[in-house]
Amino acid sequence: MKILKDGVKAPVTFSLNGEDIEGYAEPRTLLSDFLRHELGASGTHVACEHGVCGACTVSVDGKAVRSCLMLAAQAEGKDVQTIEGLSKGDEDFGDLQEAFHQRFALQCGFCTPGMLMTLASLKGTGRSYSEAEIRDALSGNICRCTGYREIVDAALDVLGDQVKA
Amino acid sequence: MVGTTEVDDGRYVGKRVLRVEDQTLLRGRGKFVDDLPVAPGTLHAAFLRSPHAHARIVSIDVSEALKVKGVKAVVTGEDIRPYTRPLIVGFKNPMDYRGIAMGKVRYVGEPVAVVCATDRYRAEDALARIKVEYEPLAAVVDPVKACEDDAPVLHEEAGSNRVSRRVFTHGEPMAAFALADRSTEITIRYPRNSITPMETYGIVAEYQPDTGGYDVLSNFQGPFSVHTVMAIALKVPGAKLRHRSPPNSGGSFGAKLTIFPYIVVLAVCARLAGRPVKWIEDRLEHLSSSSVAPNRVTRIRAAFDDDGTVHGLRMEHFDDHGAYLRAPMPAPIYRMHGLSTNCYRIPNVEVINNICMTNKCPTGAVRGFGGPQLYFAIERVMAKVADELGRDPLDVMSQNLIRANQFPYRAPAGALIDSGDYQQVVADTVEQGGLEDLKRRRDEARAEGRLYGIGYAMAVEPSQSNMGYISTLKTAEEREKAGPKDGAVASCTISVDPLGSVSVIGDSTPQGQGHQTTLSQIVADELGISIDKVQVNLETDTQKDNWSLAAGNYSCRFSPASVSAAKTAAERVRQKMAIIASRYMNVTAEELDFKDDWIIARNNPENRLEFRRVGGLAHWSPSSLPDGMDAGIREVAYWNAPELTPTSAKDEINTSLAYGFAFDFCGVEVDPDTGEVRIDRYVTAHDCGTILNPGLAEGQIRGSFASALGASMYEEFVYKDDGTFLSGTFADYLIATAPEAVDPIMVETVATPSPFTRLGAKGIAEGNQYTTPVCLANAVADAIGREDIVLPLTPAKVFEWVNGEEEAPPPDVAEDEGPDDRIDYSGDALRGSGSTFVPTTPEQVWDTLMNPDEMAAIIPGCKSLDQLADDHFTGTVSMGVGPVKGTFDADIRLANLDKPNSADITGSLIGSLGSSRGRGQVTLEPSDDGVTVSYTYEIHLSGTVASVGGRLLSGAARSLVNQFFRALVRRAAPDAKPQKDGLLGRMRGWLGGTS
Repeated sequence: MKILKDGVKAPVTFSLNGEDIEGYAEPRTLLSDFLRHELGASGTHVACEHGVCGACTVSVDGKAVRSCLMLAAQAEGKDVQTIEGLSKGDEDFGDLQEAFHQRFALQCGFCTPGMLMTLASLKGTGRSYSEAEIRDALSGNICRCTGYREIVDAALDVLGDQVKA
Repeated sequence: MVGTTEVDDGRYVGKRVLRVEDQTLLRGRGKFVDDLPVAPGTLHAAFLRSPHAHARIVSIDVSEALKVKGVKAVVTGEDIRPYTRPLIVGFKNPMDYRGIAMGKVRYVGEPVAVVCATDRYRAEDALARIKVEYEPLAAVVDPVKACEDDAPVLHEEAGSNRVSRRVFTHGEPMAAFALADRSTEITIRYPRNSITPMETYGIVAEYQPDTGGYDVLSNFQGPFSVHTVMAIALKVPGAKLRHRSPPNSGGSFGAKLTIFPYIVVLAVCARLAGRPVKWIEDRLEHLSSSSVAPNRVTRIRAAFDDDGTVHGLRMEHFDDHGAYLRAPMPAPIYRMHGLSTNCYRIPNVEVINNICMTNKCPTGAVRGFGGPQLYFAIERVMAKVADELGRDPLDVMSQNLIRANQFPYRAPAGALIDSGDYQQVVADTVEQGGLEDLKRRRDEARAEGRLYGIGYAMAVEPSQSNMGYISTLKTAEEREKAGPKDGAVASCTISVDPLGSVSVIGDSTPQGQGHQTTLSQIVADELGISIDKVQVNLETDTQKDNWSLAAGNYSCRFSPASVSAAKTAAERVRQKMAIIASRYMNVTAEELDFKDDWIIARNNPENRLEFRRVGGLAHWSPSSLPDGMDAGIREVAYWNAPELTPTSAKDEINTSLAYGFAFDFCGVEVDPDTGEVRIDRYVTAHDCGTILNPGLAEGQIRGSFASALGASMYEEFVYKDDGTFLSGTFADYLIATAPEAVDPIMVETVATPSPFTRLGAKGIAEGNQYTTPVCLANAVADAIGREDIVLPLTPAKVFEWVNGEEEAPPPDVAEDEGPDDRIDYSGDALRGSGSTFVPTTPEQVWDTLMNPDEMAAIIPGCKSLDQLADDHFTGTVSMGVGPVKGTFDADIRLANLDKPNSADITGSLIGSLGSSRGRGQVTLEPSDDGVTVSYTYEIHLSGTVASVGGRLLSGAARSLVNQFFRALVRRAAPDAKPQKDGLLGRMRGWLGGTS
């Protein structure tokens, strides 16, 4: 096992949205800080830094995780997906993004990356979800603008077990 | 319902047009303040904050912190003082506040020092190395108690915690009470809450030694009247305090108004450090120290006749603003002044406003801004009037409503309520919300013995504040001296570039409301162009943009004000382009239509010019413009409403420009076994005048409802009586998530346009802040038959209301050989008592307790312990509670030593994570085979440990006590066999624990 010295930056490499990246992090550097400030992937937002609000949710090896509760060094060699990976450059929105757009499912947009990454992990399972299941899955993501109705509707458009009007 | 980007009739206003903001935000390409690059060498700030609610600062030693690698400056209040003046508020007072403690701390979380270092991690490291010596003082947290003569005074120079008291009389309230058949009274307590935006405060500040000015980037939300407060405090002309806001802001709900004291502090830090300084607030900082709505105690009385007519109201408010007043505080109570009779035809009202200081976080703007507190009192007393008359509350409320033919209606305290049809809104709501069905459900539930209630609430929703209302706080003579204050100026700049595309600059600093979309709709409609030809930029730069005092995003300002300014500017652009086009088309400007990207002669559609060509002409060929016309196309509109007049000599004030109306009712059921309040149905109706974009408007209603639901059911900033703050995480300050969210039934009802705004639009974003808390409270009162309803409606509280106080649980069964410890953290301190058995002699236990080396081994986490005198020890202890762990300096004194029988212990722990003071007593009682050690203790905790670990403290204390006594047994009786207590032993424990 590599022993990292306190206060010294060491290289961290992983795959970010399909691209191999390398950056330097102290042992204590959070994955959220590393993504935002070392790699410039500022689409992932930090809102509580104690694992409750879900704004910093990213996907690591296909699982939704809180990047404020994970160290950058722990991502070594992993496959990390963030909101920037949901649509690339000028390409159209992915289906979750398009549903959010159509449903007015965001206002300030600060919680939105975490919401989308949580829902993306549901989508990754390939199955469909009831409204109650979607609400339950989103219980770790706080939104203060919308009241959730539009977010749940957008999620049901993509993941729902029946088509909503 | 999904939205649209295409419109078939060329008109965007009123349509569910999809948000242009989404293209950025849904790609993760938003530019929030922490996303923007900073100059190389920028330092990162971290704040050392007070663990005490009230204390004198004896000394601050920053020398060790300055030695930490990467630390470039450590700044204290005394360092800030020479570069600043006090931050002023709306009335003269002697309090000296500059955003950081000077001499005293007055609330938990108050900034005491700022570390500026090369990165945030190092800055936080250095906080632990700053040594502050405090002399704790008695604290006060209740606004009524704070006004009593013997209360500890926060600001000695003010002489009292009641820093302002005003009595207002409108109409003849005394006569109304004397003549009415009856009167009734209720006292309400409205709690402290906020809406805690997902994005916290963020600032980058830089000093410009070449100009002597400051450059600041922050997510400040306005009102920009506060820019003048900052410039005065920083001793610079306004033009040399350049403030810029980033493209995106992650919500505010009022909170980001009171970022401004931090801007002042960080500007000076940047000056002292000689480099730009950046600070992003963390969540604990935001919850403990940013901004909250004032909590309030109101005693309200209503005078009414037997037929239900209400003739007068009298109310006295104790408005709790925490430790400091910060501009524009105490605005919330004055913003609502004109509406002191809500939506009712009540001609007489007396209002007494007490502005109180307490040892809690200072207040600021929170969505609703004074309305939730006022309407909670009025709508509770209206329900009580109905109750005393034995009538349905909705009947009595409706009987007293302002009638549709009375608008514009001048309320006795001065509001000029512009338009409405309240009766129609009520009728639509009753029908669409199924009130009759809900009443049947209540009857059925009650027939089965269940606790079911129905609540109602109405509210006038004010929008666009009169910038003069805060002057109502002053007497007429003081106002006369200061000169008139009124109005609310909005501005907008629209330009057309040489290729004919349109740029719009607004003054609304949005935080998610979709203002770019709405302004695009308005400008596209006015200029007859497709919406994608309009680019709206709402970043602000005080050195380059048009702005005035009222600029910003607060009090539902956008729809009446910014929209009217945009409409006015767009009309001017259109007028100029029509004049230019008319010369080429040989028709008058008045005969031209703007449609589908063309300028068309109304009577001969073949005669037309492309919009872009006319735009281009103004740039490419100034010589072909009419004489006297400026080249280029850039129109600036400053818009103000003449209805926003200054406070009258009789203290009447038209506090806002446009007034919407909201009416809600709901059915709730209370579970008597759990205290849970279940919302069976919630119905809400709003008349906000012209709706500009239904998709956005519905989002504002749902969002407001959700946060109001949170305020009603879950959210509260909790302080102990000694000022200890306990709500420092989102695990303590609870927010509804998707499973808890309730979907209201939204009623389709009338839209009565405002005659005073350009598009007839009124605000929509705050209505449910006013109605929902009191609607739910009225429903719970109806369900359980109780008058004193205090939010939030937490199950523990409601359970007690229904069942009386819960019996204390039996003492915990001690694990292993540990003591039985009873712990209570309900008052102002953590109190415990218990006993344990040690199989040795009292002398042996006594000697162990008095030996510093032994004690160092026994005290959990003790790293060192030195004996300074027989009865005085100091040392360091490492301890953790829940998510936090830290090192504390311990100071322990013994007294009343009665060897080997008893001793009193007092002590304190202080460290970067907080402090505690405690006292206790130990008694040793010999028995046949050993000694029973009994103890009591009382600990006052403060700082981070309590703020983030409050809910874990009892458990942590129990665990520490257990560890202590297990170690004591090991050290004092090393030969004793580890004793697994059987039933007998446990019973002995229980008896010992309760003695």
